[in-house]
Amino acid sequence: MYANEMEDKVVSPEKAEEAKLKARYPNLGAKPGGSDLLRKRLQKGPKYFDSGDYNMAKAKMKNKQLPSAPTEKAEITGGHIPTPQDLPQRKTSIVASKLAG
Amino acid sequence: MAGSGGDMQWCFSQVKGAIDDDVAEADIISTVEFNHTGELLATGDKGGRVVIFQQEIENKNQPQFRSEYNVYSTFQSHEPEFDYLKSLEIEEKINKIRWLPQKNAAQFLLSTNDKTIKLWKISERDKRPEGYNLKEEDGRYKDPNAISGLRVPVLIPMDLMVEASPRRVFANAHTYHINSISVNSDDETYLSADDLRINLWNLEITDRSFNIVDIKPANMEELTEVITAAEFHPLQCNTFVYSSSKGTIRLCDMRASALCDRHSKLFEEPEDPSNRSFFSEIISSISDVKFSHNGRYMMTRDYLSVKIWDLNMENRPVETYQVHEYLRSKLCSLYENDCIFDKFECCWNGNDSVVMTGSYNNFFRMFDRGQRRDMTLEASRENSKPMQVLKTRKVCAGGKRKKDEISVDSLDFNKKILHTAWHPQDNIIAVATTHNLYIFQDKVN
Repeated sequence: MYANEMEDKVVSPEKAEEAKLKARYPNLGAKPGGSDLLRKRLQKGPKYFDSGDYNMAKAKMKNKQLPSAPTEKAEITGGHIPTPQDLPQRKTSIVASKLAG
Repeated sequence: MAGSGGDMQWCFSQVKGAIDDDVAEADIISTVEFNHTGELLATGDKGGRVVIFQQEIENKNQPQFRSEYNVYSTFQSHEPEFDYLKSLEIEEKINKIRWLPQKNAAQFLLSTNDKTIKLWKISERDKRPEGYNLKEEDGRYKDPNAISGLRVPVLIPMDLMVEASPRRVFANAHTYHINSISVNSDDETYLSADDLRINLWNLEITDRSFNIVDIKPANMEELTEVITAAEFHPLQCNTFVYSSSKGTIRLCDMRASALCDRHSKLFEEPEDPSNRSFFSEIISSISDVKFSHNGRYMMTRDYLSVKIWDLNMENRPVETYQVHEYLRSKLCSLYENDCIFDKFECCWNGNDSVVMTGSYNNFFRMFDRGQRRDMTLEASRENSKPMQVLKTRKVCAGGKRKKDEISVDSLDFNKKILHTAWHPQDNIIAVATTHNLYIFQDKVN
């Protein structure tokens, strides 16, 4: 009699975690391995509007990673038509791996 | 120096990579692989770069020799691309590197990102020609009228130069993301696997590949599983396996038909339906599959365990090892922070007696199959004095925490060891943390 009562009370840790998850996200679907999850997996990475959008995003990222790169040439403002010599050199996008350093 | 189990005492040997926190996302290590002799160790990273280390052995004749891996070559394998049709970025991250067996003086490896596989040739140059008749040393052509004699150019020694050049580019064969490449024992072909398809290539031919597995349903709404890893049998060139997100492994025989959609064997452990939970399928997803060197077994890694399968027994694994069972009661948070989707790899030692895989908090685990023993070790800067013996670690699941134990709640889930590699012959291992590569050596080596 007592053994049965004990069995009812013991819940596997996995099921306990499941209950926790369902409590936090009541709208979670019943089938976790279903096509929604898999389709999200098949298309990983952000979707861009077009290649221009992509290149802008990449440029922003690059600026973030090289924060204090000093400009060698003078700032070009709107009143001056830049010549090729005035434009800053395009920095090489290939930075050596730190494992090789 | 057999890589046997025995009483392994692992010592720190080297650590590669940035010491401080000055690390970029590009430096995240994404793959580690020894070549077939263990002399070369290749790493790939998120920035699309490959770094190859070469072993230099001191005092080989002494019983306790120290080997050091030093940078041999480094190159940019893949660059980021933009898929104009789908408006999606194609990451330059190197997903896998696989070495070809060496056939001549040069070394060859295959490296792949999500979409394109490349064959790289790494060759040494330690001589250069001197004494041309028609050219000056700087390359300018001589005035022909000034040439009075004839001589034979000679090869003179120069500083060793290691060059990497892309010999083949295998592109445009994968709609989905490539997760595996595997070189066939026939030395002619290799396979590449993405989420839904597996292709067979000839190493010489880049404009054509054969599709050998296609699990894409006609209606994508019916998609229930994806391919997670694939590998050729090390000895039988007609056999390969692929694992799925549902925890199954299919063994296919290419002699049976051109399209191997029907498996020859299906390896699946029956599940107790009463234990089934929301997480069951997610944690059963196999993140890596590796044949043993002798070709009789294969090992699979799912979220919480490592399983060894006998190829002759499909209905259950012959051995199961718990990597971090204490995480079972943390699945809810691990799902929320996406850690439950981490893809851990696993590897065999040279004589298939010990297997290894990574975990969190920069811990990694070894399971000695013969001695039925397991070990938890840590890759950290604190334990990096030369030849320092690593102390075993223990995680306390709950209750009273003993001294030297670490509690589950103190584990750092950002410090994950996903990639490890074992030297094919000796007890030397390469363990990749997020940004560093650790090399450990067995003291009794």
